[in-house]
Amino acid sequence: MSEPDNGGITTAPMLTVRGLRRSFTRPRASPLRSAPRVHALRGVSFEVTTGQRFGLVGESGSGKSTLVRLVSGLDRPTSGTVHFAGREISRLPDRRLRFLRERLQVVFQDPTGSLDPRMRVRDIITEPLVAQRHRDPAGRLVELLADVGLPPEAADRFPHQFSGGQRQRISIARALAPRPAMLVADEPVSALDVSVRAQILNLLSDLVQRYELTLVFVSHDLAVVRHLCDTTAVMHDGAIVELGPTRRVYDEPRHPYTRDLVAAVPTLRRALAGATASDLVRGSSLAEEAGADPTTATGAERTQP
Amino acid sequence: MTAPDPTEPDPRPDGPGRDPVLTVTGLSVGTDRLNLVSDVSFTLAPGERVGLIGESGSGKSLTALALMGLLPEGVHAGGTVRLAGVDGNLVTSSERALSTVRGEAMAMVFQEPMTALNPVKRVGDQVAEAMTVHGRVRDRSAARRAAVGLLDRVRLPDPAGTARAYPHQLSGGQRQRVMLAMALANEPAVLLCDEPTTALDVTVQARMLELVTSTVAESGTALVFITHDLAVVATVCERALVMYGGRIVEAGPVGEVLSRPRHPYTRGLLDASDLTATDERGRLRTIAGSVPAAGGFPEGCVFRNRCPRADITCAAVPPWAGADSGYACWHPVERDE
Repeated sequence: MSEPDNGGITTAPMLTVRGLRRSFTRPRASPLRSAPRVHALRGVSFEVTTGQRFGLVGESGSGKSTLVRLVSGLDRPTSGTVHFAGREISRLPDRRLRFLRERLQVVFQDPTGSLDPRMRVRDIITEPLVAQRHRDPAGRLVELLADVGLPPEAADRFPHQFSGGQRQRISIARALAPRPAMLVADEPVSALDVSVRAQILNLLSDLVQRYELTLVFVSHDLAVVRHLCDTTAVMHDGAIVELGPTRRVYDEPRHPYTRDLVAAVPTLRRALAGATASDLVRGSSLAEEAGADPTTATGAERTQP
Repeated sequence: MTAPDPTEPDPRPDGPGRDPVLTVTGLSVGTDRLNLVSDVSFTLAPGERVGLIGESGSGKSLTALALMGLLPEGVHAGGTVRLAGVDGNLVTSSERALSTVRGEAMAMVFQEPMTALNPVKRVGDQVAEAMTVHGRVRDRSAARRAAVGLLDRVRLPDPAGTARAYPHQLSGGQRQRVMLAMALANEPAVLLCDEPTTALDVTVQARMLELVTSTVAESGTALVFITHDLAVVATVCERALVMYGGRIVEAGPVGEVLSRPRHPYTRGLLDASDLTATDERGRLRTIAGSVPAAGGFPEGCVFRNRCPRADITCAAVPPWAGADSGYACWHPVERDE
């Protein structure tokens, strides 16, 4: 699923972000100085076309979570625009964002924090349907539970009665309930165990394919984005420093930061070939010397003293 | 204590012939009702780097806490833990005896430095305290100077300035370096690192891993590195212990265990972590089910309810096949599978 074919799908932009900036004001540290401003986003522009799987990679503080909040209408930009399906959403009041809430849904990182512990799974999943005045929430619930691989009896239980992976399945079912066109997943597998992570990634792939969802997948984990997304944007310090087809970004990173990032990820293959921790740190400079591919460069450059 | 050259692959990573610095035999951890860790045995040679691999609930952190004598209230340990140069079994030692070992002969770096550091004390003083408390340095101002030296050794920029900072003024990576400086203050024989880089960004993680490996090599400290990340273990360690359900299910040199695993759990974990390998339908390989909650593991082989090879034999606890390297499985994966 690393190179999905986009050929047959129309390529109208579903999401268009232009010159997006977001600054926050920190509490004033001294009465003599003005309150410091933090520039979380410094002018971000990109498009996500229908059917695309768009990966957003960045370390903490890169601005990726701020971007998710702006794109999903949970926050307002300092300047710049966000168009979803042709409508500018960043200036609309909440009451006029109903169309967005139906067509764009978010899966968050921590299913424990994003599921109400006092609600039964049935009510969590069908809550978005109430707003839609859905005719048959019970029938839709059965469908959704089957879609995410949970047994029907799960409906009557509470979130704490499930494991982390199952809780993330509940979050995904809730996100799919209003039949969205776009799914924004913010680090959805980062809190999961390795053996469960692969299951949830397979589930996301299946659902994106079956329901022709446009995916925006945010992660600090390059390997996960590489597996799932056809396009990758690398964020650093509030800006997108590199954007391109996933394979190109990983195999021939052009921006020095992308090179550092790709080289810093330990991989089993490189480690078993003899790469040490210092190769992770030095990876970028080696890659530059050797040309393009940091994977082969670090492996080849290692010498036994 | 001799420090082996860390860049030289050890021809005998199991360490026979070198007197072990740490010997763990039949370690168990549990509450009154539940067994959480059972029959954990391994040895650690001087300067050796061993990775303890496991998912959440595998018992890897409890094992480390039991070694340090830091188990929470109501959780007890059994078995024996012997540290070279220290008399007696650490498991049955008094708190008073343990407190002279902890931070002196054996030290630990925790996953979350913000909760491990004292928020209202300057970090330089916390590092200095690690030395004065064990009587290494009597004079407080000498301890302060030594602390600045240690902060420099873990490559913190402006060590003198950092020594005057409070933990909240530092970044996550910097705080983890302070933890490492404290742990190394008394040149312990054994350093336990419990997921020290899990909360860090990858570029910060790379520098931290490099720092840990180079500093333990300099001081000849043996390392137990606990993580769920197989690639990190392969990068840092010489030998790997794989834990599941509170038991060591497989052990051996990293190159063996992570490229030719014998236990189906290790095999499954390797498959599930490889995001570049997919089957013909483009799907990642997975392990069925999820890790049970504490106390929810089956009797007999702990992995049998998720294992594709399990049959009736697995209702009995599989014996350990091998010596220092080996596995506990009735139906091991063949070498050529």
